[in-house]
Order: sequence, then structure tokens, then C-alpha cells
Amino acid sequence: MDRIPILRMGPFLLVTIQVDMHDKLALTLQDDLTSRISDVGARGVLIDISSLEIVDSFIGRTLANIASMSRVLDAETVVVGMQPAVAITLVELGMSLPGIRTALNVELGMEYLRQNTIVEGSGDGWDGSED
Amino acid sequence: MSQLLEAIRSNRDAVLNEWLKNMREGISRRDLIDDAEVSEQATRMLDAIIAVTDESRIANLAGSEWQPIKEMLADLSVSRAVQGFTPSETALFVLSLKPVLFQLIRERWGNKAGELFAEITIADNFIDRLALHTTDSYIAGRDQVIGRQQEEMLELSTPVVTLWDGIVALPLIGTLDSARTQVVMESLLQAIVRTNSRFAIIDITGVPTVDTLVAQHLLKTITAAKLMGAECILSGIRPQIAQTIVHLGINLEEVVTKAKLADAFRLALERSNRRVTRTNSATPAAAPAQER
Amino acid sequence: MAGTVLKTEAVPVRSDADVVMVRQRVRAWVNEMQFSLVDQTKIVTAASELARNTLEHGKGGKLDISMLQNGYRKGIQLVFSDDGPGIPDVRLALTDGYTTGSGMGLGLSGSKRLMNEFYIQTEVNRGTTVSCIRWK
Repeated sequence: MDRIPILRMGPFLLVTIQVDMHDKLALTLQDDLTSRISDVGARGVLIDISSLEIVDSFIGRTLANIASMSRVLDAETVVVGMQPAVAITLVELGMSLPGIRTALNVELGMEYLRQNTIVEGSGDGWDGSED
Repeated sequence: MSQLLEAIRSNRDAVLNEWLKNMREGISRRDLIDDAEVSEQATRMLDAIIAVTDESRIANLAGSEWQPIKEMLADLSVSRAVQGFTPSETALFVLSLKPVLFQLIRERWGNKAGELFAEITIADNFIDRLALHTTDSYIAGRDQVIGRQQEEMLELSTPVVTLWDGIVALPLIGTLDSARTQVVMESLLQAIVRTNSRFAIIDITGVPTVDTLVAQHLLKTITAAKLMGAECILSGIRPQIAQTIVHLGINLEEVVTKAKLADAFRLALERSNRRVTRTNSATPAAAPAQER
Repeated sequence: MAGTVLKTEAVPVRSDADVVMVRQRVRAWVNEMQFSLVDQTKIVTAASELARNTLEHGKGGKLDISMLQNGYRKGIQLVFSDDGPGIPDVRLALTDGYTTGSGMGLGLSGSKRLMNEFYIQTEVNRGTTVSCIRWK
């Protein structure tokens, strides 16, 4: 079964969704991501959805779930790169995803996480380390 | 049972020639279209009519066998509308076939009053309905032209301007209907992505009134921008509009509003960690005349 | 008013993967019909919502896509049909936030907002047909 890869960038995790996700794949991502957050003690999660052509209520709900779950695990989630047409459609559909942080692109999302998450003992081992 | 289609079929060339002759007399717009084109269109049309073999179908233009003919007529009307023909000139194309058919019917059934009358009625109806279809299509063609022009105007009326690196503004001027608001909002969201702007200022100083629908579109846009990771600031709300908004019960509490565009700009600068400061007036006498 | 049907295609809705297939087929159609990007996104999203409904609540069924012509307007019609348990209370099912499945309860009401015309025919224990149109 295929999975969506999760990259670790220091204290943060980066997920780039590039495929037209079926529902099970979205649920697998939710499982993988939460266990990964707790495994590495990540402080932030970036989900890049700039290649997604649609976000329907299921994917929207999965994103909202991931955000809530990671918050419980003390990591902040930022959804980045939502396309204008996707955003307009989501609003029309009735989903405004109130609990989710957003940013225009990965760069700005990363900047937000760096400024808003306290990385304990920053400088010792976190910066730049990949796994 | 009518024999009209069969009659046309067996006299195809004569009918076509008479029709073209009639048209030449009736339409004097050679400046817009040449004879060869008209003749080609008439030939195609007539051949399409006689290709229908079931005589009973002539009474019912809604049938599928007439679809190609109606489409042909529609295309013709639309192109006539674009070329600058009047509706009556356009309808004459079909209408000038009528006397030809009447003549044909008289030659065939002239001595049988009952059939003569029946066939005349059928031909009359048939041509009239084709002519009406022509006029409908003509108007639809005009509507398309108008629609396209409206779209072009809409695009012209939505200038998204970059105020600073990462800050765009959309100064709206004129009455907003819901179609225009939609186009405006789409271009704003696209500009946000294109210019990588975290802040978007929607200035409605130039908007005389806002109704519920427009306010909802504004709100939806602001929510959509938020989903994309940008923040919208609404500025230039006139006192009357502020009253309307409250009376209509529209909730703008989640929206950042500022009185003037300048205030909104200042807020956007502050939020992106920038500041406007007055420089020391002791700077070398900067030629004021040039600066103005 | 429905208008003349120019062409049609049937897509099965039996599995999770079929929902993805529905999205791809509908996308191909609206792309060919040259809907604007925003309209394309709305139509594909509505199709995705309705396909999931057909799968979850209708226990599977099919989608019929048609291209319609009404005068000068072209439109796309999506008809989702299943032989499932049906919807006992359509008005309730169309209410935002009402859900019996795993979704957010925006499937029917949300996709109704994304399309121009929206009709539900349902009979308890016989099945449901949701038919919707978006005009260009």
C-alpha cells in the first residue's frame, strides 16, 4: 500500500501531498504523521497542498484532525500552498477550517513555525540535522 | 400526408435558383457578405432540408432530424449578428424561401383547392418557425457578444496593485453586483499567489452601496484568502455602508477593518515588521520643487 | 430544464479507488468543456462529495455524466444512483452539519451549493438518485 512520505527538517516535519488522495491514504497519513510527531518530538508540521487540485470535506476534515491531534502532541500544524480555486470551493462548501494555521508557501510556513514554536535548547543538535 | 419535402427534392435546382434570386433582390448588403457565401449557405441549407425524408416530420421542428438545420441556422445568425446585419436582414435569409415554396405548391396542387391550402399552411408554418429560430439565435449571438464585452470590462475594472513587497491592494470603484464581485475576488486571490503577498487590502471607498449578497462574497473571499495563508484588511467603509452592514445583520467581527486605505497599509506594514518613519528634517535641502 | 443530451459516460462507484476515478473522469469532462478553473474545482469537489455519499450511504452505485445543451448554454449533469437504503428525511439530510457517516455532514448541502441545479429522488429501501447540473 502506498504512503505519503514524511520528511524531517530539524524540529519540524514536512509533508508534500502530490497525489489525488483516496480516503484510506488520507487516514494512513493521519496515523503516520501522529506517530512520527511523537517519535521524534516534533514541534511543528508543514503540510504542503499546493499540488492538490481539490480538497473535499473528507480531506478537509483529515487536515483539521491532523491539526488538532498534533496540537495535543504539542506540535503546531501549518497547511501551506492552497490554490485559490480550492480555497473558494472549500468556503462555498461550508468549510472554513477555523482551527488550521495557513501560509502561502513552505518558506513562509517555515518562517512562521520558527518564530512561533519554542525549540528547547535550540542550537544543540536540532539545527539542520536530517534523519 | 404532405408531399412538400418530396416536391422540393424533385425541384431542388429550380427552388435553389429562385431562392437565391429572391435573396439578391431582398438583401442589398453586398458590403457585408458576398454572393458566393450566401449561395453556399443556401445550398447547404436546402440540401439539409431535403435530406429529411419523413414527410410527417415537417410539422414538428422540435424533432431531432431538424437539429442539424437549426444548428446551421444558428451559426449563420450568430455570424450575421457579428458582421453587423440587422435582425430583419438576417431573418430574410429564410423568409425569402417562402414565396419560392408557395410558387412550387401552386404549380403542383393549383387545381386541388384542399391540398393547395393544406400545403401552403404547412410551408408557411415551417418557414415562419425557421425564421423565428433565426431571430432567437441572432439575439443569442448578440447576447454572447455583450457577455464577452462585459467580461472584458470586468477584467479591466479589477486592478490589483502591489503597494509593497508582500502587500497588495484592490481599490474597488463603482457598484458591485454579485457577478462582478466574484470576478474581482478571484483575481485578488490569484494576485495573492502570484505576488506572494501575505496581506491584501480591499478598499471600498469608491463603492456606493453594498447589499447582502455582495457582503457575503466579500466575507467568502476574506475566508478563502485566510485558507491560502493571507490576511485581508477591509478599508474605506462609508458611513451609509456601515449602517447597512449592521442593519442587514452581516457579521464583520472576524474581519479587520480600517477607516482609510492608509491606515490599512500602515497595519499591514506593522504586521510584517515594518514601520514608516519621518526622516530627520535636517537632511540636505532636498529640492522640494522636484519632489512634488 | 434539462435540455438536449449531447453525450454521456457511466462510471462505477463501488470502492474507494472509484471515488478517485470519479474525480478524474469529471475533471476530464469539465476541462474539455472549458469551464473556468474555479468552476472546474467546484464541480469536481461536488462529484467527490456525492460519490462518497453513494459509496458510504448507498452501499455503492454508479455515476452517469452527461453534457447538456440548452439553447446556447452548455452544462454538465452528474447523476449518482444507488440501490441502497434511501434517505428517510431529505430535508434533514440537506441540513449543514447533519451526518450519519464519517463526514462532516456537508456532502449533500455543500455540493448543492457548488452546483446550479440539484435534485434528490429517494425511496426508503429502494435507493437514492442525486442529480445535479452546472451550467457554463
